[in-house]
Amino acid sequence: MAETMEFTPAELMIVNAARLLKDGDVVFVGVGQPNLACNLAKRTHAPNLVMIYEAGVIGAEPARLPLSIGDPTLVSGALSVVGMYDIFANYLQRGNVDVGFLGGAQIDRYGNINATLIGSDYTHPKVRLPGSGGSQEIAAWANRCYIMTPHQKRRFPEKVDFVTSAGYLDGKGGREEAGLRGRGPVAVVTDLGLLEPDETGELVLAALHPGKTAGQAVENTGWPLKVAAQLRTTEPLTERELTILHNELDPTGIYLKGG
Amino acid sequence: MNKLLPLSEAIRHHVRDGDTLYAAGFTHLIPFAAGHEIIRQRRRELVLARATPDLIYDQMVAAGCARRVIFSYMGNPGVGSLRIVRTEIEAGRLEWEEYSHFGMISRLQAGAAGLPFMPMNPTGAADLERANPNIRRVEDPYGGKPVVTVPALNPDVAIVHVQRADAHGNAHLWGIIGEQKEAAFAARKVILTAEEIVDEAVIRSDPNRTLIPGFIVSAVCHVPYASHPSYSQGYYDRDNEFYLGWDKISESPEAVSSYLDEWVYGVRDREEYWQKLGAETHARLQVKPRLSNVINYGEY
Repeated sequence: MAETMEFTPAELMIVNAARLLKDGDVVFVGVGQPNLACNLAKRTHAPNLVMIYEAGVIGAEPARLPLSIGDPTLVSGALSVVGMYDIFANYLQRGNVDVGFLGGAQIDRYGNINATLIGSDYTHPKVRLPGSGGSQEIAAWANRCYIMTPHQKRRFPEKVDFVTSAGYLDGKGGREEAGLRGRGPVAVVTDLGLLEPDETGELVLAALHPGKTAGQAVENTGWPLKVAAQLRTTEPLTERELTILHNELDPTGIYLKGG
Repeated sequence: MNKLLPLSEAIRHHVRDGDTLYAAGFTHLIPFAAGHEIIRQRRRELVLARATPDLIYDQMVAAGCARRVIFSYMGNPGVGSLRIVRTEIEAGRLEWEEYSHFGMISRLQAGAAGLPFMPMNPTGAADLERANPNIRRVEDPYGGKPVVTVPALNPDVAIVHVQRADAHGNAHLWGIIGEQKEAAFAARKVILTAEEIVDEAVIRSDPNRTLIPGFIVSAVCHVPYASHPSYSQGYYDRDNEFYLGWDKISESPEAVSSYLDEWVYGVRDREEYWQKLGAETHARLQVKPRLSNVINYGEY
């Protein structure tokens, strides 16, 4: 038993992200870890999850692990395939997506995300990152967003170098003022625990995974991380969840191995 | 009108130095064969627009074809960094212009519809709006809130790979249809490459699948396997090993240049390229059929 219950930081994040999904959610899925989280949820507590992939695939039921956002396995057996304009306009902007998954090089105190560049000058980037892709609109228009990222200080600066996609902007009321419809990043799943916005939009430590400490989270966050008054502990990973990940979803461990 | 041409002639006739080019395909049906032909013909100073520059533009930038890239996600899909485009941008040797995916497709949609611009709802993330003067705002003339606008994109040439087309350029495509239709309608000229050239009757048997009508197409080229290492749904799989392999190759300028020598300059055309890939790769990329149910249009 003890042997089968060993897991990686990636598995810890994937399982905890999966548990945040509700049955019947329409979810905008990213390739990699979010894809595993969604497929795990669909095989456990959320069989009616509708997975939408940014390439325009609706209701995908991938028979193998998709290795890119446009993997042909997403198409075969899907409910619908639409063009790029339709997916962003009719599905996302119109408000037909419940959940979006986001990631980025930097996430700041108010849940804003940078996936564009490291450095202070856009025209002379120190490190050029891939850019928005779909994330600018996902962050604005999905009803709620989840971010998955390892808990490292460089990933959690006080302020991002570039706001690629909106979290709570400058804090309380920022999203409302900007006219955004979604509730924003309601949880950041890390390998230490969960960060959630408080009433001012600031991300605070809301839950720890078993065996992790608030000290570790504070130490690995770039702003003075507040700890919620009611700090929760996440449920341990179950053998069933890990078995599905190992045997069905990512048998060669492409996305399960790392952090 | 029969528009069939060898790909090399289509590129020779329709792609000029300095053109703005849109090689369509969101991960799927990426027209690599045409990209390689443009490299072989040593076109220069191109403006390369694509939502995801992908390996095709990484290779064209490496070969010195490009002056500027226009994109919305610059990565090696499913792998990581798009090293050559990224290095050239960081070094200040390549101009770039950037949007979100929605901004990019909205530019094409405006171009395709003959409109000057497209509006989008503001997303709160205004840094890109500040960085790119092409992204602007206008008041909603009906009294609502301001909207963000992007200008029409009308490429000189769109290159679109499809599963099948007739000799006139009427094209069927299926699977992920990304921005192929919009790119074709937005462009001044369209070069089609097709896995199969079929009789017009095959096209007419399923008119809902015709996303591109022949009368907007300049040239039709029969190029099987034109989208490798990308894929054509139902014809062959995506070559993920190559996408991973490019991550290594693109780490070193020498490896890139020997790749281009061997696989682009060193082959005459796509047929030679495909044969050179060898039986093992062909077998690895083979897909089993999964047919749709036949639909009934009715005899009227």
